Amino acid sequence: MLESFSAETLARVQFAFTVSFHIIFPAFSIGLASYLAVLNGLWLRKRDETYLNLFNYWKKIFAMAFGMGVVSGIVMSYQFGTNWSVFSDKAGPVVGPLMAYEVLSAFFLEAGFLGIMLFGRDRVGDRLHMFATAMVAVGTLMSATWILAVNSWMQTPAGFGIGENGQFIPLDWWAITFNPSFPYRLVHMVLAAFLTVAFVVGAVSALHLLRDRADRESRRAFSMAMWMAVVVTPMQIMAGDLHGLNTLEHQPIKVAAMEGHFDREGDHQPFALFGIPNEKDGRLDHAIEIPYLGSLILTHTIDEQIKGLNEFAREEWPPVAIVFFSFRVMVAIGFAMLGLGLWSIWARWRNGLYDWPWLHRAALVMGPSGFVAVLAGWITTEVGRQPYTVYGLLRTSDSLAPVDAPAVATSLVAFAVVYFFVFGAGVFYILRMMNQRPATPKTGLHDGPVRAAGITPAAQIDPNFIPGAQPKEN
Amino acid sequence: MPFDLAFIWAGIIAFAVLTYLVLDGFDLGIGILFPFGKSDHDRDLMMNSVAPVWDGNETWLVMGGGGLFAVFPLAYAVLMPALYIPITLMLLGLIFRGVSFEYRWRTKRWKGVWDMAFFGGSVLAAFCQGVALGALVQGIDIADRAYAGGWFDWLTAFSILTGLAVVIGYALLGATWLVLKTEGDLQLQMRGYSWWLGAMTLALIGLVSILTPFQDAVYFQRWFNLPGSLISMVVPLLMLALTWTFFAGLNDRKDLQPFLSALGFFVLSFIGIGISFYPMIIPPSLTIWQAAAPDESLAFALVGTVILIPIILAYTAYAYWVFRGKMDPNEGYH
Repeated sequence: MLESFSAETLARVQFAFTVSFHIIFPAFSIGLASYLAVLNGLWLRKRDETYLNLFNYWKKIFAMAFGMGVVSGIVMSYQFGTNWSVFSDKAGPVVGPLMAYEVLSAFFLEAGFLGIMLFGRDRVGDRLHMFATAMVAVGTLMSATWILAVNSWMQTPAGFGIGENGQFIPLDWWAITFNPSFPYRLVHMVLAAFLTVAFVVGAVSALHLLRDRADRESRRAFSMAMWMAVVVTPMQIMAGDLHGLNTLEHQPIKVAAMEGHFDREGDHQPFALFGIPNEKDGRLDHAIEIPYLGSLILTHTIDEQIKGLNEFAREEWPPVAIVFFSFRVMVAIGFAMLGLGLWSIWARWRNGLYDWPWLHRAALVMGPSGFVAVLAGWITTEVGRQPYTVYGLLRTSDSLAPVDAPAVATSLVAFAVVYFFVFGAGVFYILRMMNQRPATPKTGLHDGPVRAAGITPAAQIDPNFIPGAQPKEN
Repeated sequence: MPFDLAFIWAGIIAFAVLTYLVLDGFDLGIGILFPFGKSDHDRDLMMNSVAPVWDGNETWLVMGGGGLFAVFPLAYAVLMPALYIPITLMLLGLIFRGVSFEYRWRTKRWKGVWDMAFFGGSVLAAFCQGVALGALVQGIDIADRAYAGGWFDWLTAFSILTGLAVVIGYALLGATWLVLKTEGDLQLQMRGYSWWLGAMTLALIGLVSILTPFQDAVYFQRWFNLPGSLISMVVPLLMLALTWTFFAGLNDRKDLQPFLSALGFFVLSFIGIGISFYPMIIPPSLTIWQAAAPDESLAFALVGTVILIPIILAYTAYAYWVFRGKMDPNEGYH
């Protein structure tokens, strides 16, 4: 089946596959590391064991996700060379040092303090343990900062020259790092990571509230998660809007693809809620449009026009349909998140936050929404950058390593099989841990008092469970 | 020998790779020895002895790869396609062993599966690293800023030998680490293994060292022509001295001495390879200076590196200090 594809297509699929799997784990661990730091801080301040129980519960899930993030990340650091060696040679002088800074200032920090955060509370005492926990959180944020600087530079390159040997030569590191799209992308991604975790925590807490609405840890966590949903989702929608304006300025073709906007029509720009991009004929079929809204979103006026796809050369187009649909998935989820947040405010006001089963069911369903939105958003921006790796300067087809299609196909199959097997198992274990309530003395199967059947609600099978009791530190 | 940015960076990358060998070698070694643990209890101890530090150790591998990308992008762009298959297999091996640290505590039914994944992944990763080293020593064809060879060029009798040498060598590091970190029966068992693994490692290092000068005339000159050979010969002499401290340490039932001596074997072998290679970063034709990124990149990356590497070393040392001493069989967060 794979023989008919070119080495370029296979290499792109392989990169898309490995990076999509990878981004799930950092998106989760960036948010979760900060949440853990907050939980630990609250425990030290208030000495309320609810926070400690939550910390110990989520730290084990964090350890799982972090481990998966590390190993899938090592793959990324070598994929640039194995499959995109010409890109590596040409863009290495610019993006390489930024990545080196990511390793030096973020990866080492996270990995160095993770052991102490997970295993070391009894050995180093509360203060140093808190410091280690904070360092892990700082490390995850630093990592996001550097890698987004790299990605943003590939989207909106700045501060460079071209050398005689064809390499990009760095001229101004400040301009390279703080390139035009970087601040927007960074804010958008970090908020996305926070929201992802808020909705995961919200879903897990909702699950346990549906089983027992008196569960103290779940009540506390659900409340925190819903506050995040209320406060951060509107910020995220605003950040996304500003990011969109920035993209319109620097990558108008991408925006036209996101909008499914082929031609200028009339004196204002509608917004297509739905449609099927017809790339062959250069139009949007079966469009359901809201008049004026496109102009409003993109220019913040009602009558300004933007360029359509047909005004650009075809060889500059990204794959329109993918960008168009993934963008809609992301936006739809964003508004669903906002809806849940507003519902939770209403419930809080009516004293129903912990008692409304339909709210909890909705929160449960929304659990994976952050991941889907993050993936959809990245697909929008990365597929929308095609056909370039360094936008406008280095084409994807000119970035490829001199590796034959069969080798790429074989490694792609190997990665696919291993990833689905390994990370599938990991996700299964994480879900099984989440299925146990936070105050369960020993989450996981290893050596707790009750072992069998991780799928049975823990409260029902755990005879030693005493509400509010501090679990023995293990 | 110009002492410039590219030269300094070659030193830093070499340091990162050496640090990787020193740190991750023993925790891959634990994986290689894993099936020889006699009970679940022993295997738990073996794994827990590296659980708090393994991902920090593996970060040095990212540093080696990422650093090469940053400062010698051409070397990175040539090396990765040339070693496409061993690198890919190494990554897959690292995935399996890396996730086992958490997975095996999360299941009863599949614990055996993840034990095997920890073992198999560690062996595969170690073997591929050795194969990659062997292929690099043998030299890589370059034309027009790109790899010009076939995709099985890396597979030779010599590279398989270096692969085996690295597997055995890492197992030795793992065994001596456990001598340091455990007590009782497990320590006794590992001390026994250390004798054999030490002898085999030294024999393999000797064999590879004898064969290496014949892979390339330049290596031969480096080692056997006066006056350079006078300096080069210091390495084998130091190796002899370490051989003595290693076996004496085992014989006197010292805890730390065998581990440090075994690390010394790796450091000296690494220096030996450095003597053979210099000034090439990829033998036989790509020098450090040809592969280096422009000075603007080297200088920018260097500023952060000279500040951050000492800090990293300091907190890494602190993490090891926190988890120092013999393993407590009842500790662990799982």
